[in-house]
Formats: sequence, C-alpha cells, structure tokens
Amino acid sequence: MSDREPLFSPKNRRLITNPLGQDNPITVQVLGICSALAVTVKLKPSVVMALSVVAVMAAANVIISLLRKTVPNRIRIIVQLVVIAALVILVDQVLKAFVYDVSKQLSVFVGLIITNCIIMGRLEAFALGNKVWPSFLDGIGNAAGYGVILVVVGFVRELFGSGTLWGYQVIPDSWYAEAGGVYVNNGMFILPPMALITVGIIIWIQRSRNKDLIDVS
Amino acid sequence: MENLLDIFVKSIFIDNMIFAYFLGMCSYLAVSKTVKTSMGLGLAVVFVLGITVPVNYLIENYLLQEGALTWLSPGLADVDLGFLSFIIFIAVIASMVQLVEMVIDKFAPTLYASLGIFLPLIAVNCSILGGSLFMQERAYNNIAEASVFGLGSGVGWLLAIVGIAAIREKIRYSNVPAPLRRLGITFIITGLMGIAFMSFMGIKL
Repeated sequence: MSDREPLFSPKNRRLITNPLGQDNPITVQVLGICSALAVTVKLKPSVVMALSVVAVMAAANVIISLLRKTVPNRIRIIVQLVVIAALVILVDQVLKAFVYDVSKQLSVFVGLIITNCIIMGRLEAFALGNKVWPSFLDGIGNAAGYGVILVVVGFVRELFGSGTLWGYQVIPDSWYAEAGGVYVNNGMFILPPMALITVGIIIWIQRSRNKDLIDVS
Repeated sequence: MENLLDIFVKSIFIDNMIFAYFLGMCSYLAVSKTVKTSMGLGLAVVFVLGITVPVNYLIENYLLQEGALTWLSPGLADVDLGFLSFIIFIAVIASMVQLVEMVIDKFAPTLYASLGIFLPLIAVNCSILGGSLFMQERAYNNIAEASVFGLGSGVGWLLAIVGIAAIREKIRYSNVPAPLRRLGITFIITGLMGIAFMSFMGIKL
C-alpha cells in the first residue's frame, strides 16, 4: 500500500452523497420500505428510527466486510442475519434503557430492522466485495439516505396531522377553529395510507427534477 | 370460537399487514407486476406465516418469556430470555422456510413448482417476522389464537398483493405522468387502497 488513497477521496465522498439523492435507497432502489413508513406519524420516532438504522447498518457493513474472506459463500445469508440480529438486539436494549417512551411507540419496528431489505441489500451488494472503510461509508450513506426520507415524511405528517413538531405546537392556537380561526388539522395525515401517498409525491417531485430516474417502459 | 373468528377477520381487514403496517412492502412492490406471480407469492406467505407464528408462539411461551422455563425446574422461575427473541425468531423463520421448502418438494412437486422460487425470498420478508413480533406484543392466550392470527395476516397480505397486481395490469394502458410512472403511482394506489380498507375499522364482531 504505497499510494494510499486519502480517507475522503472523491470516490469515497460519493459513497455518502449518492444515496442521499440520485441513488436513494427508498425512492430509487426501493429497498427498506417495510419498516420505514409506519413509524413516521411523528418527527421524534422517525429520527430515532433513522439513527438506529444508521448505527446498525454502519456496524453491520464493517463486520461483514471484515468477515468477507472467511465466510463461505453458501452460509453467508445466515451469517448476515445473525450479525444484523445481534446488532439490532443491542440497539433495542439501548433504546429501552434511554428513550423508553419512543421505544414503546416504535414497538415491533425496531425488531423489523433485521429484515429491512436495505441492510441485507447493501451487505450483499457492497460489503461482501469491498474494504472496511468504503463499506463503512456506504453503510452510513445509505442509512442516511433512508433516514432523510423518514424524517421528511415524519415532518410533513406531524406538521399537517397534529400541528406540532417534535411534540411542540407550531400552529398558533388562534388559527384553530375553536378559537375563532379557520385552521383544522388534517386527520388524514395521521392515518397510515397518507405515508404512502407522501412518499409517492416525494418520488414524483424527485423524478420530475431529475429526468434520468424516470422509468421508461 | 367467536373469538377466533374475530381475530381472523381483524387480522385480514383491520390490521392488514400492508395497509396498516406496511410490512412486506419490498416484495409487494417488486413482485406485483402480474396477478399470477403475486398469487404464488401470496400463497407462500400465507403458508409460512401459518406455520411460523404458532411455532414461535410455543418458543416464546415455553422458552423465552420470564418464568417460561419453570416446566424444566422451578429454580429457573426468574430467568428471562426475552432479549433473545429477535435472533431466535429469525433463526426459526429461516430454518422453517428451508424445511417447508424441502417437505413441499418431496410431497407436492406441483405446488413446489408454482411456489418454489418464492419460498427462499420469504425468509427476509418483513411480514413474516412482523407476524411473530406482533404475536409476541399482543400476547395471545393460546396457540389456536396465534395460528388464526398468523393465517389471517397471511390472507390479508395475499388480498393486498393480488389486488394491486390486478390494478397494475390495467393501469399499464393509462396515461400516467412520466415521473410518476411505475413506482410513484403504485405507492399512491396503495395509499388509496389503504384508505378503502380503513372503512372496515369500525366493525365490531
């Protein structure tokens, strides 16, 4: 290793920035939607969920990348599942210890990080064939791309659905119909189907700004 | 008996895996291009959920819960292995899927030919693990309730994927705005179907 590439070479930087936009795991790769949408009623659980996924994914990518030469090909899926499951148990216990109320709200969805397709997908597609540092960056980047969508959806749904952000009221009291105003919270946004429609609209906006992403068929 | 029927209908329509919890969305979006393949995947999900939920129920109640090990010896009454549940559940699911695949291959080759390629995919389908985790969270009273819940969730998933596949087959001839084509419109249609399914919410059996 005479000519080591710098830690943040352009290539490595792209590993982080690509998944945030044109290669976003949710809106472009369509991975990891399973556990994403149900937690986005409020901003706070969305952020906690996003951070948990970042932690699990970065660590899983590093571990699998370290093990990539020792794990026989035939049992790699089981090995990956065990690594992810162990990490998720850690995250779950930490959440239960420090933010119990959020952990209760997330209920089964923390456990479902295990079968989040995006983690398996990145392990298979990237960590199994790359060195540790790029794998770490790839994990952070993809999990952040996932987190961004989660936080945006959480923001929209909490703002329009309950008129609050992070639990604090942002729509002034005087706007509401009870106080003589005209504003009414849109209860639809609290219901699960609106999460899907919000993501659909995000996809619409992203693809009309970036024509390369449009499906031609 | 009424109770079982209640759980069954509830898990199909009200707590629908896809419309209420978004579980199994990845394969739902990827495999719902034609009715025929989505029927195959849906049946495989019903099958695997119907088996893994009761098996995990037994494991949860006789091995993992606090005090569940008392049937071995009374000294183990305060052992709580609950934190292991994720890893055990996923291991059970992965091995059950493998087992089911081999059994079907041996005894029903025609069914295997139609389900075959979908079975391995199912091990990482969120709705399967989700079924087991919901079973744990809702603490069903006996194994009959757990199995009925598993089957009902599977049937709900089957209904949803067959429905969206049928709509997607038709929508191929419509003029959807280009940026919304395929993925975007599928999301929005799923949302609208979810709103339709929510009208079941008030039903009390």
